[in-house]
Amino acid sequence: MAHQDTDLPPIRNRNLFQTLDLDVRLLGMIAAFALLCIGFDLVTGGRFLTPRNIFNLTIQTVSVAIMATGMVFVIVTRHIDLSVGALLATCSAVMAITQTQVLPQMLGLDLGDPLIPWITIAAGLVVGTLIGGFQGYLIGYLTIPAFIVTLGGFLVWRNVAWYMTSGRTIGPLDPVFLKFGGINGTLGATGSWIFAAMAVAAALYGLYAGRRNKLKHSFPVKPLWAEGVMAAIISGAILGFVGILTAYEVPIRKLKRMFEAKGEVMPEGYTLSYGIPISVLLLIFIAVSMTVMARKSRFGRYIFATGGNPDATELAGINTRWLTVKIFALMGALCAISAVVASARLTNHTNDIGTLDELRVIAAAVIGGTALAGGVGTIHGAILGALIMQSLQSGMAMVGVDAPLQNMVVGSVLVLAVLIDIVYRKKTGAK
Amino acid sequence: MMSTPLVDMRDICISFGGVHAVDHVNIDLHAGEVVGLLGHNGAGKSTLIKILSGAYQADSGDILINGEKAEISNPRDARAYKIETIYQTLALADNLDASSNLFLGREMVTRFGLVDDDAMEAETRKIMKRLNPNFQKFGDPVSALSGGQRQSVAIARAVYFDARILIMDEPMAALGPHETQMVAELIKQLKADGIGIFLISHDIHDVMDLCDRASVMKNGKLVGTVNVADVTDDDLLSMIILGKQPGPKSA
Repeated sequence: MAHQDTDLPPIRNRNLFQTLDLDVRLLGMIAAFALLCIGFDLVTGGRFLTPRNIFNLTIQTVSVAIMATGMVFVIVTRHIDLSVGALLATCSAVMAITQTQVLPQMLGLDLGDPLIPWITIAAGLVVGTLIGGFQGYLIGYLTIPAFIVTLGGFLVWRNVAWYMTSGRTIGPLDPVFLKFGGINGTLGATGSWIFAAMAVAAALYGLYAGRRNKLKHSFPVKPLWAEGVMAAIISGAILGFVGILTAYEVPIRKLKRMFEAKGEVMPEGYTLSYGIPISVLLLIFIAVSMTVMARKSRFGRYIFATGGNPDATELAGINTRWLTVKIFALMGALCAISAVVASARLTNHTNDIGTLDELRVIAAAVIGGTALAGGVGTIHGAILGALIMQSLQSGMAMVGVDAPLQNMVVGSVLVLAVLIDIVYRKKTGAK
Repeated sequence: MMSTPLVDMRDICISFGGVHAVDHVNIDLHAGEVVGLLGHNGAGKSTLIKILSGAYQADSGDILINGEKAEISNPRDARAYKIETIYQTLALADNLDASSNLFLGREMVTRFGLVDDDAMEAETRKIMKRLNPNFQKFGDPVSALSGGQRQSVAIARAVYFDARILIMDEPMAALGPHETQMVAELIKQLKADGIGIFLISHDIHDVMDLCDRASVMKNGKLVGTVNVADVTDDDLLSMIILGKQPGPKSA
């Protein structure tokens, strides 16, 4: 027959990874990450894989990881955003001025008023979304290339922040606001385990619902043992992660001071876990929402369709210009959220906040498997990419590698990661 | 034919940078009829048809659907008039699978407003069973499909949504003999269902076999429209090449 390829029977002998429906590329990244961690742990004599360092690594990653999830959408649609670090600085400056000057002085709210952090965050989100949406308008409707718009934005917003603050460091920030920074706001042991139980339950329900839906349409499903293995892996990962974070305890000296401040004496043998930081909770929430958006919403479907074939998407009746505005507005909103986390972690707004973040964010998305040619990318990949970059950086700092050498290594790893990706895609024939 | 035409494009003009790509063209299409559009590359066939499908907007002229003036300013409007187009380039997003492409822009959603992939795949399996029973690759991105398989995805997309007016731009190009036959059968079946079809083609034999009437364009102008039964291959060829109307028999 003339069309042999249509008649191929479905492949029967599938390997273990295929049966489990696992993404081999993702597994490769996890393996690389594990090797990196183990390597640093050996070199530092076991200081890298301690609960304390893992806790720190996690909270250092959050700000870049949040923006990287948005960068996936931007790059998937064949755009780029070079302005995220600068936009983060502008949002941070706006929020710092809002909470320390505008609200207390102009609106007469007392410092420490419970409304201050929320009005502040809302103001930051509005500013970030509007600036992002404006850049999206220039790109989508006025058809200026994203590279140029955001390169201009990189200069403009970095210096808007400088101009607004006259280059000063602004602080101290609101105590509730600071809870989004990491170590100043954690769930504690009990809260963390409750969260872990809920996460495991949600994951198991997700697996069950997916299988039930497939059966309803009588599509092929994985064997039950494979579902069981997946459930065990996911639950193990969640519980292990929470276990490590709760193993990091508040230092005794700090606890003593806390009790002294309240005028009490610390009981003998008293301990307190940090548990999951609120900033990590925020990242998890964003990651889940963005993944659902990417895979299960029309918005996400159109983003990937545009990346695959912009003309076809337009011909299918989709308003790709408005889509571009929405994508960049979302990127702007995520920059604002990252600004909350970053400035809260530093406990101040500083003039150089977010410097070089655009490169870290793009690198995280690209290392995480987002193709600059568009149409391909995952949210979890970008977050893993951010984690790999941060581990590399802090691992080298721990080993005592000089700062210029650190940056040389990070730059080389980025190029190497893309090369490996190209070779992998050629070998597997994936696009 | 005395009935109101399904599509009536009147005095359509469009130019790009001073070039009159379509120059005062009149063309019509009735229900259950196949009208072939012939002409050289650059004659303006695809441009004319893109005005009907909403990809371009005419500089002047009217489009009447069922005798009523229609405003078609983008592909969404065209879809609302039940005009479906199969583009020569197929217009598929290569990184998405067959059902995502089939439903692109018209996704089925769950009660939470999320895309219902399983339901869409089930529908895709149903229509593919009819159009191309050998089609099996429902999970793969369409970049992994052969030319014929990609064509059947593009056709499925046009047919699934109950088109009344179907535009096919070179549907047989790049197809093997078996698939060409499949498309020809499909055109006959759709015609019997009362759908009006514009068939753009280079192949005079396709047009002679499948079309009721043929409109020939040259340099953006309409040379003429003839009843296929009244003309020979050579008549059509001379219209295409010389831009001349055949003798007194022209419609």
